[in-house]
Amino acid sequence: MAIRQLSVFLENKKGSLSEITNLLAEAKVDLRSMCIAETSNYGIVRIIANDPAKALEILIASGFAAQIRPVTAFAVPDQPGGLAQVLEILEENGINIEYMYALVTTIADKAYAVMRTDDEEKTEAVLAKNNIELLDEKNV
Amino acid sequence: MENRKYYQPEFETMPVEDIKKLQSEKLIKQVKHVYENVPFYRARMDEKGVKPEDIKGIEDLYKLPFVEKSDLRDNYPYGMLAKPLADCVRIQSTSGTTGKRVIAYYTQYDIDLWEDCCARALVAAGADKEDVVQVSYGYGLFTGGPGLNGGSHKVGCLTLPMSSGNTERQLQFMTDLKATVLCCTPSYAAYLGESLKEMGYTPETIPLKAGIFGAEPWTSENRRQLEATLGIKAYDIYGLTEISGPGVSFECAEQGGMHINEDHFVAEIINPETGEPLPEGEKGELVFTCLDKEAFPMLRYRTRDICVLSRKPCSCGRTFIRMSKPMGRSDDMMIIRGVNVFPSQIEAVLLKEGYTPNYQIKLSRVNNNDTFDVFVELPPEQFDDSVKSISAKEASLRDAMRNMLGIGPAIHLVPPKTITRSEGKAVRIIDERKLHD
Ligand SMILES: [Zn+2]
Repeated sequence: MAIRQLSVFLENKKGSLSEITNLLAEAKVDLRSMCIAETSNYGIVRIIANDPAKALEILIASGFAAQIRPVTAFAVPDQPGGLAQVLEILEENGINIEYMYALVTTIADKAYAVMRTDDEEKTEAVLAKNNIELLDEKNV
Repeated sequence: MENRKYYQPEFETMPVEDIKKLQSEKLIKQVKHVYENVPFYRARMDEKGVKPEDIKGIEDLYKLPFVEKSDLRDNYPYGMLAKPLADCVRIQSTSGTTGKRVIAYYTQYDIDLWEDCCARALVAAGADKEDVVQVSYGYGLFTGGPGLNGGSHKVGCLTLPMSSGNTERQLQFMTDLKATVLCCTPSYAAYLGESLKEMGYTPETIPLKAGIFGAEPWTSENRRQLEATLGIKAYDIYGLTEISGPGVSFECAEQGGMHINEDHFVAEIINPETGEPLPEGEKGELVFTCLDKEAFPMLRYRTRDICVLSRKPCSCGRTFIRMSKPMGRSDDMMIIRGVNVFPSQIEAVLLKEGYTPNYQIKLSRVNNNDTFDVFVELPPEQFDDSVKSISAKEASLRDAMRNMLGIGPAIHLVPPKTITRSEGKAVRIIDERKLHD
């Protein structure tokens, strides 16, 4: 159920992000969503793309530290406090979130998010049990 | 009562000719002693075709082979011992290049000799039995604390064995007990000075009158600032564990170079490339020979410090030759917060921890304190995409470095190829500190 996310370790420096996006554009990989975590020394860019395996291959070949990992994509319940509800469910089940960001999709009228937790499998099971809509790769 | 000028005037003001005679007598005995008792020296001398009887005086010193830090490592732990362990009473230690430490052994005679040298430095800085000496060098394996502590006892000063760190306590003891002489690294002295200033103390109200600062490079500008902030006269001191510890040489009120305790140590300046001895006044690598140390006597030990010797008479009346402050190194050793660090040690840790030796060291000085940053390329296979996991790797590498070096750098993991991308040799060390005049 989980979707594959591509992550790249980048220098925190002007131009390093465009180096990645150019490489992927040349290879005709479509980027759907992207989030950057940065510290003063480095950035971690996380990407949801149409062909993560191909993207990884290209990046590794170019000498980047990159990886593919499963993340959970879910629909934020369309009601006030919808996201808070999700966080509460995770907390009650002792699941810690490493990071979360908004997912851009072509599905109208709904907000989606991606997150990495310390236990991806459990996260999906718990969310499903609480009727939180999960996305798989073909919906993204 | 007027303070005494010298701790051991019979040696400190001995006519140069007599010093040379004394050195020759001691050297002949010492060479015989090590040849008979240390297989390492015997083998090296045999290899060079030098017999103890070839050494008839100080003028024959050049005939002896050199000893390098790597020899100490190769002969770890007992190989350089010249006395039975039963005759030794103490060790001191310093970090070595590949994790093996250098262990220096001392008999009671060696300790006394060393402490006498420190006592001479204290008296030269104006200390007498009425003085309160605050020793804020580290105690333990490091020679700074124990050396000055012993010297202070010999002079009869009230000794505050503070060791390093715990600034609040340092300042409390200094002000409550009216410490008059401070012994520590110049950077720590500067830090204490800033703290005293913040507490409202002025140079007039700080009880100190003198400081004996060593174990790391400092400039004349540092000296001027320390003297102004603390209201003291600041004295330089030099030494290394291999030779004994602090006090191998020390500064007098003239502040024009450090007098080498020539009744115990002979200094030479050599060309670091060829090993050839250079005449007085020329710049080169400092080499020491211990004339009467018993347990761990170094003969022609290469310090890797670059400096100049001068036999010009000194207004203080001491006849001992003077050495300039070290002007640099003939190897790649760095001195960081008073700790000796070699790039090879950093490389060894990186390889052991599964990293490539692609790194860069950045040294700077903020608020008189050395900053020590190491940038390390993260191998692609070790990448995990949360900031938390990268921080955890940095912390664990920092701990491994601290274990090896005795000092923990701030580790910054960076993407592959960001340090080594430039063609040719990567710049390994960026040192932004101004260490020398
Ligand atoms: Zn002098």
